[in-house]
Amino acid sequence: MDTSEKTEVVLLACGSFNPITNMHLRLFELGKDYMNATGKYRVIKGIISPVGDAYKKKGLIPAHHRIIMAELATKNSHWLEVDTWESLQKEWVETVKVLRHHQEKLATDSCDHPQRSLLMDRPGRKRKWDEQKQDSSPKKPQEPKSTGVPRVKLLCGADLLESFNVPNLWKTEDITQIVANYGLICITRAGSDAQKFIYESDVLWRHQSNIHLVDEWITNDISSTKIRRALRRGQSIRYLVPDLVQEYIEKHDLYNSESEDRNVGVILAPLQRNISEAKHSNPTA
Amino acid sequence: MKNRIPVVLLACGSFNPITNMHLRLFEVARDHLHQTGMYQVIEGIISPVNDSYGKKDLVASHHRVAMAQLALQTSDWIRVDPWESEQAQWMETVKVLRLIERSRSKTADYPVKHLPLHHHNQLLKSSAQMEDPDPSKTPSASAALPELKLLCGADVLKTFQTPNLWKDEHIQEIVEKFGLVCVSRRGHDPKGYILDSPILRQFQHNIHLAREPIQNEISATYIRKALGQGQSVKYLLPDTVIAYIRDHGLYSSDGSWTGKGKIS
Repeated sequence: MDTSEKTEVVLLACGSFNPITNMHLRLFELGKDYMNATGKYRVIKGIISPVGDAYKKKGLIPAHHRIIMAELATKNSHWLEVDTWESLQKEWVETVKVLRHHQEKLATDSCDHPQRSLLMDRPGRKRKWDEQKQDSSPKKPQEPKSTGVPRVKLLCGADLLESFNVPNLWKTEDITQIVANYGLICITRAGSDAQKFIYESDVLWRHQSNIHLVDEWITNDISSTKIRRALRRGQSIRYLVPDLVQEYIEKHDLYNSESEDRNVGVILAPLQRNISEAKHSNPTA
Repeated sequence: MKNRIPVVLLACGSFNPITNMHLRLFEVARDHLHQTGMYQVIEGIISPVNDSYGKKDLVASHHRVAMAQLALQTSDWIRVDPWESEQAQWMETVKVLRLIERSRSKTADYPVKHLPLHHHNQLLKSSAQMEDPDPSKTPSASAALPELKLLCGADVLKTFQTPNLWKDEHIQEIVEKFGLVCVSRRGHDPKGYILDSPILRQFQHNIHLAREPIQNEISATYIRKALGQGQSVKYLLPDTVIAYIRDHGLYSSDGSWTGKGKIS
């Protein structure tokens, strides 16, 4: 197979990662396997972009801890990395802007180093065996030439897709841009309502070729909320999060009733922003 | 501090391969027993089944034992016992229980493992029944012999109903003499299974039903299929086990393993 005709893809996941869990990490693995198996794409990188503190979600602990945990979780991964740009912004950043930021960054990198493979970015990085396995051609020391700039796509679970319907959480034009300009890779429980959801939305329907639904056969309910609840109750979270993350949480006693009370009574940043912008454009409303 | 009954949890099964879900069973069961205020789990044992069990796709036991050992490297309380897998043939679970109990009672001065401080703190947080919350005291197991209990998922409890799979007198011995800790699983109704069986009903006080609220249905069957298709299983089982599978060419679709037998 001529690998140079494949579109290179970067998977971007936005979210609280409060804390990061094995389920988050599985999303990446499933997304990568799926996209690579289509024969049209080659996933070259995965980016975890934890949301900034200004998001004001209940129970959200400071970004620097969430970043460190994500870094510990991806220490043994050769293709996943953590990006701090979003979390370092003073105000909350819409997801479409994070996508745009990363797409522009890839375009710039590509201009500066047109022949250089992005996979060789990290010094001393070895190619992992499963990447070698994916190459159907005999092993080459260099990556094949890519067709243009790699494309960023938003990786998510069905919950994010369904959150498009929550009033004032997303701007319609943002949703449109996400599916039209970037694309969505949505990992869903087999038999979920994701397809119905897409059918019922004109915007999503129009861009359905850019929305990839990936079946997750292993029911994996390791939500961060449940992890935090287990921790408050003194229950074990081993084997639900990477060992290094579990040790870090324990060492710093990150999650307890006090931490869960953070931002109680505060309006979530996107709601705040979208509602106030609607008011400004309709002063008589 | 009130003395708790020390407990050892034994899990039998194929472990073909061991997964994060198997490991979770132990954690959930331990938390559950501690929450009752009556028990203190001092050890966990994984006993992979003998090759002659004859289950489809079962890889050689020395591999399954090695993988379990790798998975448990970072656990301070669970270990692998290869004895069952090393016997000439398959043996009933109740015999494994009897043997492990016998071998423990022979060691007169069985040392109660000191729990690492962090788990000990969690114990204190989780049990409202603790009489003495002094963190400087190690929760003491009584000097009595530990109770050995069979740990399993709800699916195993269901198999008690399968004709000819278990002997009734064995089921009785397991629940009467030893005890069962059963971790819930999606699509199963352990309470219903107990009510449907006279033996289980009679000894239901000795059957502990632990709920796992964080669903994590990682079946080894799925893992084998995914591996056969070249798909990622990262984060479903420990990295060290994945590396072992790769290094030994296990579960690959090109049939580089025979699945049955003693060839390395």
